[in-house]
Amino acid sequence: MCNVKNVLLVGVGGQGIILASKVLSSGLIDSGYDVKMSEVHGMAQRGGSVTTQVRYGEKVYSPIIGKGQADIIVAFERVEALRWLEYLKPGGKIVINDYAIPSATVLSGKEAYPENIIEKMEAKYEDITVIDAANEAIALGNIKAQNIIMLGGLIKSLGIEEINWDKALKDNVKEKFVELNMKAVKKGLESGVKEKAL
Amino acid sequence: MKKLMTGNEAIARGFYEAGGSIACAYPGTPSTEVLENIALYKDIYSEWAPNEKVALEVAIGSSIAGARSLAAMKHVGVNVAADPLMTFGYTGVNGGMVLVSADDPGMHSSQNEQDNRYYAKFAKIAMIEPSDSQEAKDFMKDAMEISEKFDVPVLYRVTTRICHSKTLVEFSDREEVGIKKYEKNIAKFVATPGNGRKLHVVVEDKLKKMEEFSNETRLNQVEWNDKKVGVITSGISYQYAKEVFGDNVSYLKLGFTHPLPFAKIEDFAKQVETLYVIEELEPYIEEQIKARGIDCIGKEKISNLGELNPDIIASALLGTEGEVAAAVAELKEDVIGRPPTLCAGCPHRGFFYTLSKKKNVMITGDIGCYTLGSAEPLNAMDTCICMGASISAGHGAQKAFNFHNVDKRVVSVIGDSTFFHTGILSLVDVMYNKGNSITVILDNRITGMTGHQQNPGTGYTLMGEETNQIDIPSVCKAIGVKNIIVVNPLDLNANEEALNKALASDEPSVIITQWPCALKKFSKEDKERFDCTPKTYEVKEDKCKQCKMCLKSGCPAISFDEVAKIDKTMCVGCSVCAQVCPFDAIEKVGE
Ligand code: SF4
Ligand code: SF4
Repeated sequence: MCNVKNVLLVGVGGQGIILASKVLSSGLIDSGYDVKMSEVHGMAQRGGSVTTQVRYGEKVYSPIIGKGQADIIVAFERVEALRWLEYLKPGGKIVINDYAIPSATVLSGKEAYPENIIEKMEAKYEDITVIDAANEAIALGNIKAQNIIMLGGLIKSLGIEEINWDKALKDNVKEKFVELNMKAVKKGLESGVKEKAL
Repeated sequence: MKKLMTGNEAIARGFYEAGGSIACAYPGTPSTEVLENIALYKDIYSEWAPNEKVALEVAIGSSIAGARSLAAMKHVGVNVAADPLMTFGYTGVNGGMVLVSADDPGMHSSQNEQDNRYYAKFAKIAMIEPSDSQEAKDFMKDAMEISEKFDVPVLYRVTTRICHSKTLVEFSDREEVGIKKYEKNIAKFVATPGNGRKLHVVVEDKLKKMEEFSNETRLNQVEWNDKKVGVITSGISYQYAKEVFGDNVSYLKLGFTHPLPFAKIEDFAKQVETLYVIEELEPYIEEQIKARGIDCIGKEKISNLGELNPDIIASALLGTEGEVAAAVAELKEDVIGRPPTLCAGCPHRGFFYTLSKKKNVMITGDIGCYTLGSAEPLNAMDTCICMGASISAGHGAQKAFNFHNVDKRVVSVIGDSTFFHTGILSLVDVMYNKGNSITVILDNRITGMTGHQQNPGTGYTLMGEETNQIDIPSVCKAIGVKNIIVVNPLDLNANEEALNKALASDEPSVIITQWPCALKKFSKEDKERFDCTPKTYEVKEDKCKQCKMCLKSGCPAISFDEVAKIDKTMCVGCSVCAQVCPFDAIEKVGE
């Protein structure tokens, strides 16, 4: 099972994580991998923490990733990266969106949103890529494209650029957003991801 | 064709391929998408029922009429449907009938984590447990054949990880089975005591035959590898076990799990040195095989609490502990809570805001988005038991307070869909038994929590047709309620007035709040009845006195950073915060 790659996508309901995972999975399937994807539904859609897990390789059994087993964590929101850190493999990669979404407990003043999360993580983890996906998406004309920019960063980190991502987008995204999302993937691919492939 | 599909999509596809033609459900996570996907196949008639009992009864009726039918529900839904299930186990079917029970180990969005495999044993019916989407699709055909061959309904037991994980599925064509001939058969389908006694004998005989089948069917398969360790497992637990042990141990993978294949199990047990039973939640398999004198290791190593995963199996049976956890402990101190909340502009928020200010009331809650009203800062709920219980439990509490002269009023809150589910009968009870609790029906014009399914109050069917819309105020009137107050929940003064009026009366009252869910796609009627023009509100910074009152409304679009701020992308302009602000610092944009 060592040839199976474990990808954990984490963020907040409404950030488009499920769509990004779908595009990722469909690209992987088209290029011949066995894929299992697991998502958390239900209550979490109402502003809660959301995760999806994608496992791919020659033959995949479990649809879920264990603690200390993710090859890569892609965090669409800063605190969410922290929440799931124990799932990262020793030496695994983190791709993080430099973006904060205050939770209900922060908004109501019960807790403060933590500072310098990225710096603290950088002190402990070697392979962290920070993407300013929100601003890059705004520059592209739609903040919602954050998710696909993050997907681009993920693709780069996994070293799977050769897959036909344009097709994967066309298969999963509403037609009027395909072009925007193609640009978003490219943005993500360019966004300073460290070269070392997994 | 190969496609990545969730278990729920695959179940729908399987039902289609198996020639199924009638399907019925009440939505409930993680089962909801089964019917939503069946509705995409035009060869199948599908509908939402007001509750699970009705859904199962519809499927039972169509089975008796000769059609292959399906009912789907979440685990706790089967409790609601248990009454017809027990008897249908006796009568048996005509066309094949499958009951999909989607259990929720780990309670991702449920109030308990009951293991519904016991229902199959309890109801004396067949049970099938697929372990991924391919099987979820393929086994449906087996299920229909088994149902017709042994004349039993089949419990199709899946769990959240099957329902919501996507794995690859290979399609087949639909098998057109049409409808079986219906013949009147009183001895079989009329469950009077006399017939029932005979049917019980028949059922016991069917169970024996099904056990023989269980020993032969390819749904129960042995995978021989090294015989030092043997693993008996079913459903998603099989995948977890494979993940941990790979091809290093032998497996008896069970897909047909009631009745269990005891001969096959005995034979397998004999050939391996150590036998593990790996199952999620309760020791359903373990108990039964231990009762037959077969020795195995199961729940003494693997807990019956929560969702199973490969980590748990590995540390329980191989003694491997995750060593990474300690390294992140320090960073984890920074993690903040992120509880789910009512959406920005949720119509329930306004009403809960007013309600939470009322002194000396007990608020009995129910299952739906509005359960989130129990969270901070609203804290507007004292209880939440199960669908429909808010009104009846509230009635009970009010009776107890009244009986013992405790000065407290009870307000029961329930959603529109939940009112139709079972709340309606609870309200009948209040009226019949001279209760005086206050019932609030929070009508957001849709079934919110499960993702916007139609219900009898919305005017549309599952298949998208316009239909008769049931008017909740008229229903309450018919039940005998005299004090009926309809309010716009976004109007805090109106809420206040309605509650005061209800609290002042010794009679039972019903307050009906009507405003569409903030995430809902507005229907034609919504547009006619409600002011749906898009709006946003903004904080006039010079007027904000930093009192933070607006934060008490709990709207996730409002934050505070020296002054209050409203996130424009989230605000839908419900105006609740503006009404809460004592300094008129929050204003509509563009006026
Ligand atoms: S989905 Fe609708 S009903 Fe549910 S919390 Fe959001 S706005 Fe309220
Ligand atoms: S008007 Fe106020 S309470 Fe309503 S959605 Fe906007 S910010 Fe939230």
